[in-house]
Amino acid sequence: MNDASQSFVKFEKIDKSYDGEVLVVKNLNLDIAKGEFVTMLGPSGSGKTTTLMMLAGFETPTNGEIFLDTKPISKIPPYEREIGMVFQNYALFPHMTVAENLSFPLEVRKISKPDIKEKVQKALEMVELGNFGTRFPAQLSGGQQQRVALARALVFEPRLVLMDEPLGALDKNLREQMQYEIKHIHDRIGITVVYVTHDQSEALTMSNRIAVFNDGVVQQLSTPDILYEKPENSFVAKFIGENNTLNGVVKEVNGSSCTVELDGGFGMVKALKINVNEVGEKTQLSIRPERVSIDSSTSGSNNFSGKIEELIYLGDHIRARLDVCGNNEFIVKVPNEGSFSHKEGDQLNLSWDSEDVRALDI
Amino acid sequence: MEVTISTAELLTTDGVPLKQSLRKAERRNKLRAFLLVFPLLFFIVVTFVMPIGDMLLRSIDDSQINSVFPNTFKEYKNWDKAADELPPEEVYKSLFFELANGDKRQIGKALTRMNYAKSGWKSLIKKTTREIKKIVKKGEEPVSYKETFIKINKFWGDPTYWYSFNQMVNDRSSIYYWNAVDRTYSEDGDVVLQDERRRMYIKTWFRTFKVSVYVTIFCLILGFPVAHLLANLPLRYSNLLMIFVLLPFWTSLLVRTTAWIVMLQQNGVINGILVWLGIVSDEGRLQMVYNETGTLIAMTQILLPFMILPLYSVMRVIPKSHMRAAQNLGAKPAMAFWRVYLPQTIPGISAGGLLVFVLAIGYFITPELVGGKDGKLIGSWIAYHLKTTLNWGLCAALGGILLGIMLILYWLYNKIVGIDNIKLG
Repeated sequence: MNDASQSFVKFEKIDKSYDGEVLVVKNLNLDIAKGEFVTMLGPSGSGKTTTLMMLAGFETPTNGEIFLDTKPISKIPPYEREIGMVFQNYALFPHMTVAENLSFPLEVRKISKPDIKEKVQKALEMVELGNFGTRFPAQLSGGQQQRVALARALVFEPRLVLMDEPLGALDKNLREQMQYEIKHIHDRIGITVVYVTHDQSEALTMSNRIAVFNDGVVQQLSTPDILYEKPENSFVAKFIGENNTLNGVVKEVNGSSCTVELDGGFGMVKALKINVNEVGEKTQLSIRPERVSIDSSTSGSNNFSGKIEELIYLGDHIRARLDVCGNNEFIVKVPNEGSFSHKEGDQLNLSWDSEDVRALDI
Repeated sequence: MEVTISTAELLTTDGVPLKQSLRKAERRNKLRAFLLVFPLLFFIVVTFVMPIGDMLLRSIDDSQINSVFPNTFKEYKNWDKAADELPPEEVYKSLFFELANGDKRQIGKALTRMNYAKSGWKSLIKKTTREIKKIVKKGEEPVSYKETFIKINKFWGDPTYWYSFNQMVNDRSSIYYWNAVDRTYSEDGDVVLQDERRRMYIKTWFRTFKVSVYVTIFCLILGFPVAHLLANLPLRYSNLLMIFVLLPFWTSLLVRTTAWIVMLQQNGVINGILVWLGIVSDEGRLQMVYNETGTLIAMTQILLPFMILPLYSVMRVIPKSHMRAAQNLGAKPAMAFWRVYLPQTIPGISAGGLLVFVLAIGYFITPELVGGKDGKLIGSWIAYHLKTTLNWGLCAALGGILLGIMLILYWLYNKIVGIDNIKLG
């Protein structure tokens, strides 16, 4: 079997430019397997929505080809692609009732009336809106509209569902609830989903795999845990989760690890060599706040001290902002075990495992 | 467990009923709001409500002539038309004295009114009055007033003159409304069609309707794509386009209308180009102005912005994602337009349509200038009677009918589409 037949959706060398001067998407290569939930995550303007629109057929790639089920789809108009889509503001038709909105894709496919009725009712029940068929979208709350949009994108049994920041307009609680609901629906019907968001926690919650976009390029495509724990460059490290950075210069390379001299003469740090190559290169070290231990002398290599600048009590943990090696935005999360007695201005001894420090590009 | 619902009046902390307290608090605001709108309200009442009321009254008012010939009309009502060919002696007598002693200006006004009922009254009465004044001067008292009148002018023995009194003897009369639809009273007081050569209003009403409907349809056909472009083009292009749409608003109506005459007349620009291109021969130049065609073309162009702007304001807020969503759901672009886009523009279509129709049905200057003989609309007749014949009663009746039609349309529209569906901006 060749590559194209293994992946359900395949982006091959996709470039996209609107004005012939700036590339919005650069050399995108992406494979999505059948049944997968893939999220495109990135800041606004990173090209993720453009990529989605190319897949839906509303934008044409400037270069390259997109394959759906091994067939190139660039020449297929959007209305023949059989791809469902949930739009950012739902795009529910305000002059139709909920049931009419849902039957619209079935009517244009010339499905018989009784079948339409049955499918619409089933779709409404799937999103727990069985009794809302006769209402108009304007009579529904934001969360309900969201569900209707979801049901409408699924009711005609598309090959693939695209979601363009579908939860952006909801408040925090509802958003979290809907995240789980969408995930459960995906698990239940096993449809392939391509999801676009700029909210990293949303991406981590829902996805099988996440493609982190920046500047038109996929920075890293991986499962949520790998992305968080093993970011491959400093953008991903900063964008996903909280991250402490220390800048320095590589002094010594030793297989998969390296030694870095911190800028300002604060000392040497042992770290994993990720995307630095040779001695003398500038690097940015990335350490997750929860991987830093305080007041311990277990680790031999990386021992530092920092002054507490600010303490924030967050219930389950205390968030301490420290001044460490010239970085006064260094965050440490201290589990609230009742034994933390330091005050702002105190010096803390810090240490971390060299396996938890990643030497990335700058 | 039982829940008791208190039905007692709600009180404020101070023990005053809540509603009363609220009213007191709101009173100041209400008063202020009223004072703020009062000048406008006053203005509208004085310049809008009162003139319209006055006009509507005029259209049925016949009191002036009744104040000039009160006794004549009183006696006239006693005339048994079946029994006697001519009115009784008392009618002639009353008329004699009312003509002899009446105020000259008032009689003059009444004569104009009488001439609407039957032409010929004016000269007849004028001659008669001169003779009566002579008789009064001499101090003679006629033996028979009837004979005297008939001696002065044989028309006084013609009952058709007397029959025409029938439509004037009441303070209120519906004659103007009948006139406005080519009807009049017969000698027996029945409503009949006017003489063939005096029938022009029904024709004009139908033409007014036809032109208004066509103009509305043409405006919709021409305006819809423009409004769509305006709503969807990038800002810098749509701004330019908007200026082109609004430009006619900043140009005088007269200038635009005369520009159309220049364009459309037989030696005009369009005919010139057509002849030059060899599409029409020099003898076969098209007659495009001073007829209904000219009225249609010029009015469509002039009223187009009134269609485009409401449409634009509605289209602007239809999210572009709707068309995309429809296509994504499997509808071809034409289907997506028909099922998703068009229904959402209905508020704009109806607002623009109603606006254009209302303006068109009462349009005056343009049809008057480019309409020629058979392109004139009802507004032209109103102006004609207002300025030339001074038949204000008929003017008012024509205007009243126009107003009535508008109200009926408005009511129908509200029934069918719902007035809150309208969107002007």
